[in-house]
Amino acid sequence: MARGRIRERLRRSHLHPFSCLRPNANDSEGPNPLQGPGFSRIVHCNQPHKHQKKPLKYCSNYISTTKYNIVTFLPKALYEQFRRFANLYFLVAAVLSLTAVSPFSPLSMILPLAFVVGLSMAKEALEDWRRFAQDMKVNSRKASVHKGGGVFGYKPWQKIQVGDVVKVEKDQFFPADLLLLSTSYDDGICYVETMNLDGETNLKVKRSLDVTLPLEDDESFKNFSGIIKCEDPNPSLYTFVGTFEYERQVYPLDPSQILLRDSKLRNTAYVYGVVIFTGFDSKVMQNSTKSPSKRSKIEKKMDKIIYILLSLLVLISSISSIGFAVKIKFQMPKWSYMQPLNTDNLYDPDNPGKSGVAHLITALILYGYLIPISLYVSIEIVKVFQARFINQDIHMYDEETGNTAQARTSNLNEELGQVETILSDKTGTLTCNQMDFLKCSIAGTAYGVRSSEIELAAAKQIAMDLEEQDTQNINVSRYMKSANKEDSRGGPEIELESVITSKCENDQKPAIKGFNFEDSRLMHGHWLNEPNQESLLLFFRILAICQTAVPELNEESGMITYEAESPDEASFLAAAREFGFEFYKRTQSSVFIREKYAHPGQLIEREFKILNLLEFTSKRKRMSVIVQDEDGQILLLCKGADSIIFDRLSKNGRIHEETTTKHLNDYGEVGLRTLALAYKKLDEPEYSAWNNEFVKAKTSFSTDREAMLERVADMMEKDLILVGATAVEDKLQKGVPQCIDKLAQAGLKIWVLTGDKMETAINIGYSCSLLRQGMKRICITVMNSDVVAQDSKQAAKENILMQITNSSQMVKLEKDPHAAYALIIDGKSLTFALEDDMKHHFLALAVGCASVICCRVSPKQKALVTRLVKEGTKKTTLAIGDGANDVGMIQEADIGVGISGVEGMQAVMASDFSISQFRFLERLLVVHGHWCYKRIAQMICYFFYKNIAFGLTLFYFEAFTAFSGQSVYNDWYMLLFNVILTSLPVISLGVFEQDVSSEVCLQFPALYQQGTKNLFFDWYRILGWMGNGLYSSLVIFILNIVIFYNQAFRAGGQTADMAAVGTTMFSCIICVVNFQIALTMSHFTWIQHLFVWGSIATWFLFLLLYGLMPPTYSGYVYKLLAEALGPAPIYWSTILLVTVACILPYLVHISFQRCFNPMDHHIIQEIKYYKKDVEDQRMWRRERSKARQETKIGFSARVDAKIRQLKGKLQKKSSTSVSQNCMASPS
Amino acid sequence: MEAVGQAILVLPEGIQSDPNCSGYLPDCFIAVLQSKPDSKFTQQELPACKPILTPKWVVSAFMIIAIVFIPIGIACLLGSRDVVEVVERYETKCIPAANINNKVQYIQNSDANKNCTIQMKIPKRMKKPIYVYYQLDNFYQNHRRYVKSRSDKQLKSSKNENDTSSCKPENLATGGGAIVPCGLIAWSLFNDTYSFSLQKNNQSLAVNKKGIAWKSDKQKRFGKDVYPKNFQGGGLKGGGDLNVSVPLSEQEDLMVWMRTAALPTFRKLYGKIEVDLEANETINVTLQNNYNTYSFNGKKKLVLSTTSWIGGRNDFLGIAYLTVGMICLALAIGFTVVYFVKPRRLGDPTFLSWNRGPGSH
Repeated sequence: MARGRIRERLRRSHLHPFSCLRPNANDSEGPNPLQGPGFSRIVHCNQPHKHQKKPLKYCSNYISTTKYNIVTFLPKALYEQFRRFANLYFLVAAVLSLTAVSPFSPLSMILPLAFVVGLSMAKEALEDWRRFAQDMKVNSRKASVHKGGGVFGYKPWQKIQVGDVVKVEKDQFFPADLLLLSTSYDDGICYVETMNLDGETNLKVKRSLDVTLPLEDDESFKNFSGIIKCEDPNPSLYTFVGTFEYERQVYPLDPSQILLRDSKLRNTAYVYGVVIFTGFDSKVMQNSTKSPSKRSKIEKKMDKIIYILLSLLVLISSISSIGFAVKIKFQMPKWSYMQPLNTDNLYDPDNPGKSGVAHLITALILYGYLIPISLYVSIEIVKVFQARFINQDIHMYDEETGNTAQARTSNLNEELGQVETILSDKTGTLTCNQMDFLKCSIAGTAYGVRSSEIELAAAKQIAMDLEEQDTQNINVSRYMKSANKEDSRGGPEIELESVITSKCENDQKPAIKGFNFEDSRLMHGHWLNEPNQESLLLFFRILAICQTAVPELNEESGMITYEAESPDEASFLAAAREFGFEFYKRTQSSVFIREKYAHPGQLIEREFKILNLLEFTSKRKRMSVIVQDEDGQILLLCKGADSIIFDRLSKNGRIHEETTTKHLNDYGEVGLRTLALAYKKLDEPEYSAWNNEFVKAKTSFSTDREAMLERVADMMEKDLILVGATAVEDKLQKGVPQCIDKLAQAGLKIWVLTGDKMETAINIGYSCSLLRQGMKRICITVMNSDVVAQDSKQAAKENILMQITNSSQMVKLEKDPHAAYALIIDGKSLTFALEDDMKHHFLALAVGCASVICCRVSPKQKALVTRLVKEGTKKTTLAIGDGANDVGMIQEADIGVGISGVEGMQAVMASDFSISQFRFLERLLVVHGHWCYKRIAQMICYFFYKNIAFGLTLFYFEAFTAFSGQSVYNDWYMLLFNVILTSLPVISLGVFEQDVSSEVCLQFPALYQQGTKNLFFDWYRILGWMGNGLYSSLVIFILNIVIFYNQAFRAGGQTADMAAVGTTMFSCIICVVNFQIALTMSHFTWIQHLFVWGSIATWFLFLLLYGLMPPTYSGYVYKLLAEALGPAPIYWSTILLVTVACILPYLVHISFQRCFNPMDHHIIQEIKYYKKDVEDQRMWRRERSKARQETKIGFSARVDAKIRQLKGKLQKKSSTSVSQNCMASPS
Repeated sequence: MEAVGQAILVLPEGIQSDPNCSGYLPDCFIAVLQSKPDSKFTQQELPACKPILTPKWVVSAFMIIAIVFIPIGIACLLGSRDVVEVVERYETKCIPAANINNKVQYIQNSDANKNCTIQMKIPKRMKKPIYVYYQLDNFYQNHRRYVKSRSDKQLKSSKNENDTSSCKPENLATGGGAIVPCGLIAWSLFNDTYSFSLQKNNQSLAVNKKGIAWKSDKQKRFGKDVYPKNFQGGGLKGGGDLNVSVPLSEQEDLMVWMRTAALPTFRKLYGKIEVDLEANETINVTLQNNYNTYSFNGKKKLVLSTTSWIGGRNDFLGIAYLTVGMICLALAIGFTVVYFVKPRRLGDPTFLSWNRGPGSH
């Protein structure tokens, strides 16, 4: 019994990831009531009414994630708006426009500001409303609460109070942090899934106090009461300190009795618990951090441009006010027509300084047009549209989950086009966290005919390449042809093709979870006919018995499913079940197997007594069970990493070593995870002798208990006999290798950060092609993981530093340009590597490596690594993950992407974008990112261009008005300029522009580099656009002024007044900027046509209609177009001349650039334009394959390697070997 | 396509119903477009024309511009050359020799004789109508203080007579009554007058002062019931006076004057001479030199000009057209040459970045 207890405890402690963190002090402290700061919480169980008054009143279970409420919305949202510098500037300008210094009417200043700010605030309000709706949904979830008298009833979550007793049923979330009282199991165990908290998918066991076990039905809570004294709310998920006073006894509490909000009850019918922490006090809420608001690099740069424009604004305003002061002082006294003696402060010749200062304000307002007020709001609108396009992209719609991609913030759309490094989680992101039993090798024979994904894709690629090379008449294909002639049975291509097609069709989905094995020799009991059925039997039994899973009967289907610690184990059990060895029951001491032999209906139920269980640890890399079968035979069954097992084989156990090793290598090559299985028969006395040692070791309480246990276990696990090996495929998510490949071709670096073991991570690295054979692996680990004492820390650190510098040296000295390095580092080493003095060495090394895998990393380390990459390389990083453990990194990265679809939404909630499968990342980045980047970049450049072109004409004109601050344009023109007349075309540019179609983006991943290299928003281009604006403003102004100098402008003899000149100038500006944007666009749908040409039409229409309004409103504009300008040929010819003269340099520039220095998208546009891709498909395909970045990782690199190897073989042998090899299947 | 459309229709509901999946972006902006989901729109696959600048297009664009611009330029130039313009500067000439050193005093002295006669020679035959302009220089009619100092409402209707707040400092008469028309612009009304006669027979040439203002000004902006009041009543006289018995809608000189000019050098229409003038004729102009430009050293000029379809004499437009046209012609030829000398086959993949540069493979 004692032994069983210990075993159980051992087992449990393994299941607890935080067992080591459990404060031991608490045990020794005993039931002393906790006191002092930080431990002040008192909970009266089952007496929630006691918590309604102050000292004991805790916060309610209502949660709110909204930024505003009805009262605070206006002040807070306004504050947010006017924190933007540009908005503040315009606010000040609007206030000043109410005074005499303003050159404009107040309305023309206030209206656009109100529009812009109002729109942004409306967006804020809507977003916050959605958050509120989300909160309400959570708050109104129902939970079963004790209402008194042993009656339970449903209450919404928000009504739950501290002290309430709640009953949570299977697969429900815990509404608050609870103290577990009792469960549906007699021993007070329940299983909890904490995926929302830490991203771990395996179940955790929680166990109630023994004293509360009798509280097992509703009735028993009638008179239940108790007092919990515990720590104050804190964010630490894995600690809890408290005491429970029940029936005059005080019991200590530890984290294993605490059920945390947002985790889920699994495998347990129901539990009862007392609410300890509610709402914001709960650990998960304490853990939630405000997601940082992120801004894209482009936007940050845009701020810089705004500062430049601001300096320009201040500069010309100063020039203007100095000029004004000088004119006032020296010339104004002579201007008799202005009554210089009868002036006010603004025009005081006696005090030009004062007037100059007042004029500075006027000028600052006047030239405010240099800073586009509508820029922010236009960008906001554009981004909302872009986000909608992302959301609605049918190609990112996951049919299985029904989820679309979601742009959860629109701030970062363009940042998607500039990503340099992707930091990815593994479990649930790259993989489905599901293992499929694919192949096995038993007693030297390889079984399993299905191909892994790698094999399939390699075969496909080879087939394509061969075909291509064939047409290109390259050596190999010539050889192949001759080979074909020799071998009249047909070429290898045909066979390859058939491999692909047939495999692809029937390999879609395994019917059984975890089992994707096919081999008629083993299935359906046929294994009995195999020669070595002894070994087969043993193999299956090891699969079924050597495990720690819990079987669970699915009542609907009658099938047994397994809750296993690792998905590998689940797949083994599924395989064993399919082979006819169904594990169906586990008791404290036994495992029950239902064995089904060839004859149908013949089931033999066998019980295997578990004598000992030797745990799997990452250090041991093996697990063993010692069982006694019904015949009394004691067996040690062992499974573990092949190298470990092979070291421990007995002499006669090595019969199959050679063949098995070969098979294992084959499996490894195609990305499968392998384990070797072995066994050993034990005599009774031999066993009991060992067991005594083992028990002794187990019960000892010395510090080296672990080491002792390990040593004892080591004694047992030797002289094994090899049975075989398994190969499971860690099921990657659909399309992951292809996606990684494409992303690598687009020039992105991919880092994998995973909490998994190093071996697992490496395996995954192989299967998703981040690692490949022939890559040089740099593994950085802490040599002696046991030693974590203070004094040796320094030594460990130095050791890590040495490893890093050595590796860096090695990478640096590498001569071969094709050599690829992979860096693999574990969490412990990472703690040292991330310290300030070392992180740069680490980063330098990591950047030099083709792929980086960090394993065993904590969520915090993930965030730290992300920060290191982000800040160290100054490049855009993207973090992608699915679990709560990825939240830190998602928030830290420049862009956080969450994988939705699985249950946990924590990552998605923290993310900026969510997609339902990793493979959609390709489209998100390569298509949407590319587009959005170009759109926003072009849009901003154009915005500055148009405002400079417009704003500077104001300045030039002012110089001609003695710097008096008079504008040549009507206030309404200016008001409409930014808000209506030029905004829609630029918005349509930002929303609809496509340099190339989405297919081309995907076909030519290299185009993505235009974003990472920032070709469209570099200073050269920005300044070019500004220069263009300057040129346009000069041309517009000078031509207009000279043409309308002083002579009559029409046959009627009238000369042009200010209104006519201003209107002509403004007409020119409208035409120029709209033609300019038409030249900038390369993609015209009817919408662009409508907006661009419509804007020009709108201007003339406006002019006409405004001129028809009574003159008290329209002033000088009254009938201006109809009477004065319209009939004058000079008006129209000026517009034509100015428009052509303004766009001429740009037209020359783009013609010249396309002619002599075409960019990639230009060429591709041309190819598409001339339909060359259809005519010359070979060229098209060739260019597509070339349009990859030189990659060292990814599928292609791997396939390349494989092809190289193949070609070598091809030249040596006959063509038949080709097919065999690439199928890599046993024959 | 049908199927895709349906799928799109379903999506938003799918999102809504997913309890975990809210908090996405506002869709109010697109609500209009959403009402009829267009798969091509949401999938960004709307049919589009994607013009590219092929050599053919580039050359023909420049060619077309050249072909259009050069004739326009020639036409403008011819139009401008048709115009006969005679300019006579008189502000110094018309100061009596005695007053040459105190021009300002002279001009401000209302008792002094301001009459002055100048001659203008007609170089070419001028066909009627011949427009008479006065041209002022260094006169900031576009100054903000000046431009603002007027009241459109007051000008329009007698009801708004007292709407003079914008007219400061020339808004109220010394007695407190509103000045009509108020403001600096009206106050500084130009008041030199000209009368013309042919030198050869001393036959006077009638100057038609009707129809020099815009029709819209006469009909709508200057009221028929608004009569000058308190005008130039103050101690300081800024310029011309107005006949108080004539409504503003008939005061065309005022209308012309109140259309403020864009530049400090400007011409304004004075009247029309509706007879042809022969070449080499000399015209005597008798003028009243009343207006004070002497305090700010402003020039005064008298201009006689005919017009053509492009208005008065200004070669610039034609020259500019010709220049741009020529540049485009040169560019068209240049690009043609370039395309021949160094042709790049369009869509030639060898120009793709991965096929050139150091990293090619």
